[in-house]
Amino acid sequence: MLIAISFYLLAFTAVAAAFMVVAARNPVHSVMYLILTFFSAAGLFVLMGAEFLALLLVMVYVGAVAVLFLFVVMMLDVDFAEMKEGFLSYLPIGGLVAIILLIEMILVGATYASKTPSTVVDRTDGQSNLQAFGQVLYTDYAGVFEAAGFVLLVAMIGAIVLTLRTREGVRKQDAMKQMARTREDGVELVDIAPGQGISPMKPSSTEG
Amino acid sequence: MIIGLHHYLIVAAILFTIGVFGIFVNRKNVIIILMCVELILLAVNINFVAFSTHMVQTGVNNPMAGQIFALFVLTVAAAEAAVGLAILVVYFRNRGNIAVENIDLMKG
Repeated sequence: MLIAISFYLLAFTAVAAAFMVVAARNPVHSVMYLILTFFSAAGLFVLMGAEFLALLLVMVYVGAVAVLFLFVVMMLDVDFAEMKEGFLSYLPIGGLVAIILLIEMILVGATYASKTPSTVVDRTDGQSNLQAFGQVLYTDYAGVFEAAGFVLLVAMIGAIVLTLRTREGVRKQDAMKQMARTREDGVELVDIAPGQGISPMKPSSTEG
Repeated sequence: MIIGLHHYLIVAAILFTIGVFGIFVNRKNVIIILMCVELILLAVNINFVAFSTHMVQTGVNNPMAGQIFALFVLTVAAAEAAVGLAILVVYFRNRGNIAVENIDLMKG
């Protein structure tokens, strides 16, 4: 009974928050609702007995991805008020596609579930979820695990390469250049004869 | 009242539908579309974990494989978010807005 109550609570929260992600006017609110969705989904994972993935979901999504979204939302100086204008004009086609999709998936799920009424399989053979996870991950799926790490590396380098820019015309202090200056580069002694001005100075060869 | 596999599948289906709906409806904001992709991947993850935890072990099939795969989906989703947002930042620098309707105007 307690499980049923918590399931419905978490499921309802997840679905409502997911809808608010789409419907919220302010993208910052959308990110907050996204965090709520992932939190509720993590709760569902715990209900199913996948504690490790639940904690991973909280760590990766709430801790990293959502913060990344927040950073980008706040960094981009966009007028978000006018961004919602087209919402209603695309509502019919979007709603139609959504309803068809939902009916299809529920039909498939219902036919599948009607055959085997199942509950969570109790896997308490002396192993915690984390132990079972690790034993499979580092043996059968060790190669794929390495590949996943490589994907993350590529994503990191890709993100850096994309956003890195070397701007021209920025005056920066270059210590080596400063130390390499000699007295002849920096100072010019002029002997001015009385009654005459200074001839226009040569443009100095070293800047800064 | 017993919460079975189909309960979780229905939740995942609804989340997936909301994600697709959001992609269709939002024609202005790329950030929301990226969030909708995350929602869709979350729905997929719920399906993976649900099948993994409701599956009875038969022979060589290890039910844990579903959770392992969910981990990989999580990895790819994180990578996708990072690269997608980086592309978005670069695009914003070049054009000054992130409206979806204008993105197809970019020629090369």
